Amino acid sequence: MTRIQYSVTDMANKHGRSREALLPILQDIYQAKHVISDEDMVNVARELDISAAHVYGTATFYSFLETQQSGKYIIRLCKTITCMMHGKNPVLQELERILKIKPGQTTPDGLFTLKETNCLGQCHKGPAMLVNDNPHTQLTPESVREIIDSYRREALSY
Amino acid sequence: MSDQVTLKIDGISVSVKRGTTVLDAAKTINIRIPTLCHHEDLCVAGNCRVCVVEQTGTDRLIPACAMPAADGMEIHSNSLKVRNARKQIVELLVSEHRAECTTCYKNGNCELQALSHEYIIGENGYINLIPLKEYTIDYYSPSIIKDDSKCIRCQRCVRTCDELQGVGALTVSHKGSEMKISTFMDKPIYQVVCTNCGQCVNRCPTGALVERHYIDEVWAAIYNEKKFVVVQTAPAVRVALAEALGHEPGEIVTGKMVAALRRLGFDAVLDTDFTADLTIIEEGHELLQRLKRALKDKDPDVKLPMTTSCSPGWVKFLEHIFPEFMENLSTAKSPQQMFGALAKTFYASKIGVEPASMVSVSIMPCTAKKYEANRPEMYASGYQDVDYVLTTRELALMIKQAGIDFNSLADDDYDSIMGESSGAGVIFGATGGVMEAALRTVYEVVTGREVPFDGLNITPVRGVEGVREASILINKTLPEWSFLEGVELKTCVAHGLNNARNVMKAVRDGSASYHFIEIMACPGGCLGGGGQPIPTSSDIRKRRSSAIYQEDSQKVIRKSHENPEIVQIYKEFLIEPLGHTSHKLLHTKYTARERY
Ligand code: SF4
Ligand code: SF4
Ligand code: SF4
Ligand code: FES
Ligand code: FES
Repeated sequence: MTRIQYSVTDMANKHGRSREALLPILQDIYQAKHVISDEDMVNVARELDISAAHVYGTATFYSFLETQQSGKYIIRLCKTITCMMHGKNPVLQELERILKIKPGQTTPDGLFTLKETNCLGQCHKGPAMLVNDNPHTQLTPESVREIIDSYRREALSY
Repeated sequence: MSDQVTLKIDGISVSVKRGTTVLDAAKTINIRIPTLCHHEDLCVAGNCRVCVVEQTGTDRLIPACAMPAADGMEIHSNSLKVRNARKQIVELLVSEHRAECTTCYKNGNCELQALSHEYIIGENGYINLIPLKEYTIDYYSPSIIKDDSKCIRCQRCVRTCDELQGVGALTVSHKGSEMKISTFMDKPIYQVVCTNCGQCVNRCPTGALVERHYIDEVWAAIYNEKKFVVVQTAPAVRVALAEALGHEPGEIVTGKMVAALRRLGFDAVLDTDFTADLTIIEEGHELLQRLKRALKDKDPDVKLPMTTSCSPGWVKFLEHIFPEFMENLSTAKSPQQMFGALAKTFYASKIGVEPASMVSVSIMPCTAKKYEANRPEMYASGYQDVDYVLTTRELALMIKQAGIDFNSLADDDYDSIMGESSGAGVIFGATGGVMEAALRTVYEVVTGREVPFDGLNITPVRGVEGVREASILINKTLPEWSFLEGVELKTCVAHGLNNARNVMKAVRDGSASYHFIEIMACPGGCLGGGGQPIPTSSDIRKRRSSAIYQEDSQKVIRKSHENPEIVQIYKEFLIEPLGHTSHKLLHTKYTARERY
């Protein structure tokens, strides 16, 4: 996998150093590295002359930014009420069973991170989940097995 | 448009300046509306909603702390609808709160507890969510305990740390039901940029942020017959202690405090004001030495401006945020640590006590002093120089525990030596005080004359503005100091670390140039310290400040170098300012730290 070279200073040059630049910079870092590390957060704080804790606060507020190293595929299963009523719980149980992890954890092979998230805007086709940027809807325990398998195959083919 | 607006609150008509909130308008007619997230020192947050009131003509309840008063408003601060809403809000807060008041350090001094009582929330409210929550209690810091299970997320602490202190050690992290008050990466407080100033502790309405207390350790030392326990009292304690014992702010209780300490069983009751005077001698001479190297010897390595170093919160802040200025910090230790180093050396041998069996306790207006006493640099005597630091609040609690009727105590005097102080030592407790005390001495050393201010009161450095500048022209110097002839000594005084940050930025970018800067981490200086009685407000701080200047003006000796015990300690022990012994015991080094 090629990694986009970047430096926090370049990003600050690109987005500016006002407080509003914080989110775009964090998004860029996440895009490039799939994680926003401690060191990056401190560097962003230094560039924008704000507190590192506030960078952390912003990074943890958004579901689509990660401050912990996550798997190659981040599964975000909707936990909001509509999906819940459409049968999210059996889907979650199946994911936990086949991945052998709980929400918030990453598989030991570094392939999958399982997370729960709020409404994904796919309520009419719930239960719904995202795997990285790809939506999967109308999930059943059977369909998630297949979906996970297809990502495993994709990972192997690299 | 008129400047005034007129509205009715609970049927009473009131006129206030445009822009005044409904909350403050109600205050002017002595109607108290309850608050939790609101604090007069901080910006409006409007997140707790306990201040809701009803306005005729609207359905929705409005938050009094965030709503500006408007002409013709009819406000009901205590309608049934308002009371029910407030009760539910408090019930909801408590349902997520580890409400174990009997074992809580804030018991009896807690805003949430007081409101729960006022609204009789009872036991049948919402279900207790605490068993389902993950929360952390951080008790690793020597200064502060942060208990998330007691936090109501009012964010007073976050605003304090940002707006007043410019530190930003605390933030709101995550969201929804997981939202909490975090440090960077949720590290323990002692590992991050927090300066231990305790300003957040002073403003937290619950037991979520409290000082780490050492009361039991101190009682154990007092009752240990093999130990000789000395206690020192900081300048700002004597003008605030009474508040925690039910008095009005601004009362000076030096004599009663000394009497109480003796009753508690301390073996020697001594004064940090004495080492405040000593700090002035050492720091004043350090300034003169730096000026000499800069102006006479043209030494390119000398660092100016010199900044004061007696506020441990400020010192730690600089170590984190401005490490490039570490050599600008005076190397003089704070009065607390000078005292500690001397107690287990000079004083111990003077009274014939083994330093190993001496326990040194200090009473401070400050939580950062607890951390300072634990710094690895602070073992100059060969032992931990100051063993335990108690805040003004902890001392008040010990006095209550001992069943002492504070009011009926007769005034008592400090022990000697290290108990005598000048007015200059006293004003250390107020912002500008160190500067004023230093100028009283430095000017006289250089010119042989008293500072040219009426009654020695250097009023330009006094006051409440966050940053104050003053310059003083030096002329007709003594021959030895002729290089200072005609020099305009430029000084700056700042209090509250956000102001300190602005001053240092100006120094860094060259837009300001000074010789000497006094910085106190806390608003108002030590008198507004994080260990002082709660609550705090600008009015309370002003009253404590007047008390300090009153104490100064009543002192027979007003200048540090005229304190007879100071003269004596140089004669018998230290020999000369900045001398060998001073370097060993009274000066220190600093450590660069991380930016988070
Ligand atoms: S914080 Fe207040 S309400 Fe909560 S347990 Fe402590 S005293 Fe009680
Ligand atoms: S720690 Fe205290 S001040 Fe900070 S949000 Fe919690 S309750 Fe409020
Ligand atoms: S003690 Fe001071 S620096 Fe530390 S979190 Fe509280 S306000 Fe901020
Ligand atoms: S509730 Fe799950 S996508 Fe909206
Ligand atoms: S005090 Fe008004 S909303 Fe908290």
